[in-house]
Amino acid sequence: MQLTTQTRPKVLSVLVMEDRIDAASAIQFKERMRDLTGTAHPRVVLDLARVKFLDSSGLGAIVAVRKLLGPDRVMELSSLTPTVEKVFRLTRMDSIFTIHPSHEAALANAAAT
Amino acid sequence: MPPRPDAAQQLVFTADPSSVRAALVRLLSEAPVHDLGEDDRGTVELVLAEVLNNVAEHAYAGGSGPVEVGLSAIPNGLACRIIDRGLAMPEGALPEGRLSATGTVPPDDLPEGGFGWHLIRSLTADLCYARKAGQNRLSFVIPLGGQT
Repeated sequence: MQLTTQTRPKVLSVLVMEDRIDAASAIQFKERMRDLTGTAHPRVVLDLARVKFLDSSGLGAIVAVRKLLGPDRVMELSSLTPTVEKVFRLTRMDSIFTIHPSHEAALANAAAT
Repeated sequence: MPPRPDAAQQLVFTADPSSVRAALVRLLSEAPVHDLGEDDRGTVELVLAEVLNNVAEHAYAGGSGPVEVGLSAIPNGLACRIIDRGLAMPEGALPEGRLSATGTVPPDDLPEGGFGWHLIRSLTADLCYARKAGQNRLSFVIPLGGQT
């Protein structure tokens, strides 16, 4: 599970470099995210531009990461590909997460708030 | 007239998470799924992933065993049949896949599971389950071509 991070003063971006987060990789994703988000950044942006496929296990792992961060930190998503967007929409998780069309849009939004 | 030989596909493999992934790659790279549009291929991959991972995780409950996938193209959809020799569905029926309330729940109360059957039920029609001769037999249609 390859994840790349970019840090700014108040924003930690995690870019998923894999084409899928599925039942075979969900636990690994969750563990890597727990390690990477052990910083004090109040806002975490998870960029899914390269992720072409997400199943219910992958979605569950993203929700678990959100819960690990606790209520005082913000977690937002960016760059959902069509099948990933479908999973969020059908499970109504698109109403739980703020979703930005691109990583740049997520950063611009963070800078403005 | 017999059906076109490429309009159907059958695959038997051992159900565990990594072989499910490999099986999906194969099913998507061959007819009839390969010939679909990208949106439809994504839908098919999602439904088959949910069904096959359920077989690996629940029917074979952490072990493994054979699963047979049969796909055939029908007008405006894909007819699917999945057969395994694992444990029967609890109470002999398919889960309802009702989503937990989300609304304004605090992050700590968000559900981390229960999405799978909701996705399957949202994306399929004519879902039918039978337990016969030690086998789970699941059949359904994935309606396709509604969007691109």
